[in-house]
Amino acid sequence: MFSLLTDKLEDAFRKLRGMGKISESNVSDALREIRMALLEADVDFKVAKDLIEAVKQRALGEEVLKTVTPGQQIVKIFHDELEKILGSDASELDLSQPSSILMVGLNGAGKTTTSAKLAAWLKKQGKRPLLIALDLYRPAAVTQLQVLGQQLNVPVCVPAPGETDVVRATKAALAWVEQQGLGIAIFDTAGRQEVDEDLLSELKKVRDLVKPTETLLVADAATGQQAVSVANRFHETVTISGLIMTKLDGDARGGALLSMRQVTGRPVKFIGVGEKVDQLEVFHPDRMAQRILGMGDVVGLVEKA
Amino acid sequence: MAGFFKSLLQRFTKPDIDWDDLEAALIAGDLGPRLSLQIVEDLQAQQRKLHGADIVKVAREHVRKILPNSVTPMSKLDGKPKVVLVIGVNGTGKTTSTAKLAYLLNKGGAKVVLAAADTFRAAAVEQLEVWSQRLNIPMVKGPPNGDPASVCFEAYDLAQRTQADFLLCDTAGRLHNKHNLMEELKKIHRILGRKDETSPHEVLLVVDATTGANALQQAREFHKIIPLTGVIVTKLDGSGKGGVLVNIQQELGVPTRYIGLGEKVEEFQRFDPNRFVEELL
Ligand SMILES: Nc1nc2c(ncn2[C@@H]2O[C@H](COP(=O)(O)OP(=O)(O)OP(=O)(O)O)[C@@H](O)[C@H]2O)c(=O)[nH]1
Ligand SMILES: Nc1nc2c(ncn2[C@@H]2O[C@H](COP(=O)(O)OP(=O)(O)OP(=O)(O)O)[C@@H](O)[C@H]2O)c(=O)[nH]1
Ligand SMILES: [Mg+2]
Ligand SMILES: [Mg+2]
Repeated sequence: MFSLLTDKLEDAFRKLRGMGKISESNVSDALREIRMALLEADVDFKVAKDLIEAVKQRALGEEVLKTVTPGQQIVKIFHDELEKILGSDASELDLSQPSSILMVGLNGAGKTTTSAKLAAWLKKQGKRPLLIALDLYRPAAVTQLQVLGQQLNVPVCVPAPGETDVVRATKAALAWVEQQGLGIAIFDTAGRQEVDEDLLSELKKVRDLVKPTETLLVADAATGQQAVSVANRFHETVTISGLIMTKLDGDARGGALLSMRQVTGRPVKFIGVGEKVDQLEVFHPDRMAQRILGMGDVVGLVEKA
Repeated sequence: MAGFFKSLLQRFTKPDIDWDDLEAALIAGDLGPRLSLQIVEDLQAQQRKLHGADIVKVAREHVRKILPNSVTPMSKLDGKPKVVLVIGVNGTGKTTSTAKLAYLLNKGGAKVVLAAADTFRAAAVEQLEVWSQRLNIPMVKGPPNGDPASVCFEAYDLAQRTQADFLLCDTAGRLHNKHNLMEELKKIHRILGRKDETSPHEVLLVVDATTGANALQQAREFHKIIPLTGVIVTKLDGSGKGGVLVNIQQELGVPTRYIGLGEKVEEFQRFDPNRFVEELL
């Protein structure tokens, strides 16, 4: 089954048939379509531009394969490039105990749910997860984590009643973790916008106290052109060690992940594919690349050619 | 909310126009590549008449024309509660916006009842309950994992009995491609119709300003299930410009009614198209 993008590329490449090589002039229509596909998938404007330039260089002069259409061939080149960017390094979590994971991100991205998912996943690995509620702002945020912890039978540290100071809550939580003995502590923080300087500096204070082994930026699959600014600001503030993209069970193409990966250079650790605590998956760069390009199984076809 | 038209204005002071730069700026506002390209092409067509500094004006006018002249306020009905259903994908700000809208209406002298119809997510009911207590607005809830439609049904009774002007129903987040969850929404709609066949009177889709192209897809799918009467765009205090609301208006004719500008209950306003193109976008 072929996608819209491949169909469009077929049009663009009809002219190319019978020509031996991909050249500057015959490739430009195709690149315009690919650029549009990337932008419609929410890949950052500049990231898309750089990518297209890189791919163009690689595509120029390539022999046109006889068994596949040129459209399919160029999509394959793009796919490979995206896959390389998305997954060029190992994405293992540091699971030595004791260790700690700090969850950060925009409001509503899925931090609390993903904290619980990670706890469930760690339990399956035979580890001992601990959940720490540090969101003092959102109504019932603490209760949300408590309910999830109870479901999973994982201990949850909650701030003292009426606590409004995150730094004090963090110190108390660290003392609690100490008492718990060996374990992997997952700190769920409040959502914040990356332009909110006060909340960012508060997050930095929390990070400095916790000294996490992993700092994970949780981002919604439907994130738009803001992705670069979000990734940059969180990375500058707390030095993230990895990314988690949530809500990939939806139909957003998830191009924001490409931008975030590009600007931070940090690997994607997991993806969220549902609201339930077991709906966390390891990341497959090849599938993600196909999704961003909005393509069918072109890759398999070209590989066989 | 840097106001990209404003920053554009600073960049386009020279008589020659950098079209790439303009397109980039429009796309950065999440206006979407197609609308952005359309604007650029329209502008290029009039190139001879334009000076760099006019570009911003023309681009802004283009967006302004798509938006309605004014936005209908939330009026009361005569002798029965007006039912407002708040829907959307996960985490966009439905619960917070429901509380904010209740606060706004309440401040305007209306009597409001809340329905906690997210019976699914952990502590979703408790979240709305905190707001209900803080705002001193009555709320109806059901048992955990209970039927959301029956929560709305019961809440309607309370609203009717207490002669409330508005019933605001907060629903669970659901992705628009999940068939069962969309069916559940239809059921809520159907059950509310049994109380008053014209209900729900307002169906508001909550969209996160951070969302890119998928926001339009969300609106399309929800609109197919239950005709939307408006959009609430949240998190405009962040760097998201909410350009997708222009796409939603253009394609579906569904106007944005309110905007969210922070986590606090008063950080919520009626949408003002003029201000949007002049300041926010
Ligand atoms: N469908 C789907 N929903 C998800 C996923 N991850 C999280 N959610 C939902 O997204 C919504 C927000 O999730 P939360 O975990 O509360 O997000 P958060 O980042 O902690 O939110 P704040 O603390 O308010 O910033 C909830 O309805 C979750 O059930 C996912 O992978 N798929
Ligand atoms: N900065 C900012 N945050 C907001 C705004 N509106 C909502 N939020 C935050 O976004 C997060 C999610 O809000 P909720 O109201 O729980 O979202 P929801 O759509 O009800 O989420 P689910 O029911 O889980 O699908 C919370 O952290 C809110 O405080 C806004 O206008 N600005
Ligand atoms: Mg949370
Ligand atoms: Mg909610």
